[in-house]
Amino acid sequence: MPGRVEGKVALITGAARGQGRSHALRLAQEGADIIAIDIAGSLPGVQYPSPTPEDLAETVRQVEALDRRIVAKQADVRDRAALKAAVDEGVAELGHLDIVSANAGICIIADWRDTTEQIFDDTIATNLKGVWNTITATAPHLIEAGGGSMILTSSVAGIKGLPFLSAYVTAKHGVVGLMRAFATELAEHHIRVNTIHPTGVDTPMGQMDPNPFGPLLAAHPQLGGMLANLYPIDVTQPVDQSNAVLFLASDEARFITSTELTVDAGATQY
Amino acid sequence: MAGRVDGKVAFITGAARGQGRSHALRLAQEGADIIAVDIAGSIPGMDRFYPGATQDDLDETVARVEALDRRIVAIKADVRDFTALKDALDSGVAELGHLDVVSANAGVFQFGDKTEDVSDEDWDTVNDINAKGVWHTAKAAIPHLKQQGTGGSIVLTSSTAGIMGTPNVAAYTASKHAVVGIMKTLALELAPFSIRVNSVHPTGVNTQMIRNEATYRLFLPDTPHPTDEQAEEVFRTTNALPIPWVEPVDISNAVLFLASDEARYVTGLQLKVDAGYTLK
Repeated sequence: MPGRVEGKVALITGAARGQGRSHALRLAQEGADIIAIDIAGSLPGVQYPSPTPEDLAETVRQVEALDRRIVAKQADVRDRAALKAAVDEGVAELGHLDIVSANAGICIIADWRDTTEQIFDDTIATNLKGVWNTITATAPHLIEAGGGSMILTSSVAGIKGLPFLSAYVTAKHGVVGLMRAFATELAEHHIRVNTIHPTGVDTPMGQMDPNPFGPLLAAHPQLGGMLANLYPIDVTQPVDQSNAVLFLASDEARFITSTELTVDAGATQY
Repeated sequence: MAGRVDGKVAFITGAARGQGRSHALRLAQEGADIIAVDIAGSIPGMDRFYPGATQDDLDETVARVEALDRRIVAIKADVRDFTALKDALDSGVAELGHLDVVSANAGVFQFGDKTEDVSDEDWDTVNDINAKGVWHTAKAAIPHLKQQGTGGSIVLTSSTAGIMGTPNVAAYTASKHAVVGIMKTLALELAPFSIRVNSVHPTGVNTQMIRNEATYRLFLPDTPHPTDEQAEEVFRTTNALPIPWVEPVDISNAVLFLASDEARYVTGLQLKVDAGYTLK
């Protein structure tokens, strides 16, 4: 039986590890070739380890083990020219582009007083402008292919407010704006644009020791419930997000556009 | 390779034809057994819009599911009649052993009257089937899912009219918004039991419900006998993607995703399959 995205080429930002690597593997399992882009270097201001070139090499190894082709490029989504060059080279190598997962993002936890201008700017530059850079660098290739599917990674924080993440919440709401705007303009080219909205995912982004939420929630206990899931689980696995990406990427979702697909264990329901 | 809903049993209302039959076939292709319910008869007040499903339609669903080597129990029941619906589901579960997936799909579409001109009879027909019928479906299914203790996935069929207003379609629009209210409430109530509840929101689907002259006239009020071609042109203007309508299988693929374990942490979602209808 052919895979659900057999013969398609998928470009994924933030593909060195975490959700991005998981998306690469899940799409490759279902027959896609992969263009993997990652900064593979120091992320600005984060409270968890940054991805490395070794992480990106491991994504390459795991995709190749599935007998799919992969082109990996080191590029920062904030650097428009570098990103465009990486996209263009990747597409030239694999022949065409059908699927875009704008997944690269950072998360910095701080209450509003401690959210510096640097934190705000870094978060907006990576999580919002980085997505805009990704969309605009890839859209011409999708138009040339006669259509395609863009999946932008937003968050539960793109639908409701979450405490101690003001820059992140702002950027992730902005991603929904990008999705709606580009869904509108790109529809005539049969390009679909949707968002996914993960709740907490078990990835390196969550590996913060000590966890900065601890003292903040202790000081503001009334806000703690906003971070809890409705469904009786603590955290989702990367593959749960990847399965949503796969569905939106596949022709099974050929007429789904401008949808906010929550994979959030009900976190936005209360 | 195992099917995506292998070994599950799915209960589908309105399964004689259209989207309901398509859901039955798509889920059966991916390994599910089916409990199919349909009124399979004419509905008073609906004949001026489009004809009701028939016993032959329901028999055809049975034949096509069986051709896929899956088991199917098909029972004639009206979603407005809770006792009949519950008996149908209970006997289906008794025969197939368990219940995992619920597709509350049965619905009717009435339109054309200004809101102040809608009769009580029409309002009740639409809301009794589309809203109360969905509640009945959930009410009949939840005890099975809770008693099994193995979770489950309930998918309620709403509409773009469950998200946006639609002029001269008051009863239907109200009923499809009500479905969202039921969905969100059940998502909250049933999460502790690992039962997920979501809605799907189709744009126009290529079934008899919209492919009829009465519906065409809603969009082309000045054309006495609109043709398929004229209808296609005007339907195309409703969507952002350059297509007039989607096919039943497009909705079934969304139902399949929500029914499968791939969506194991998706609950409370309004999943639009609307070609960008609600974007416009």
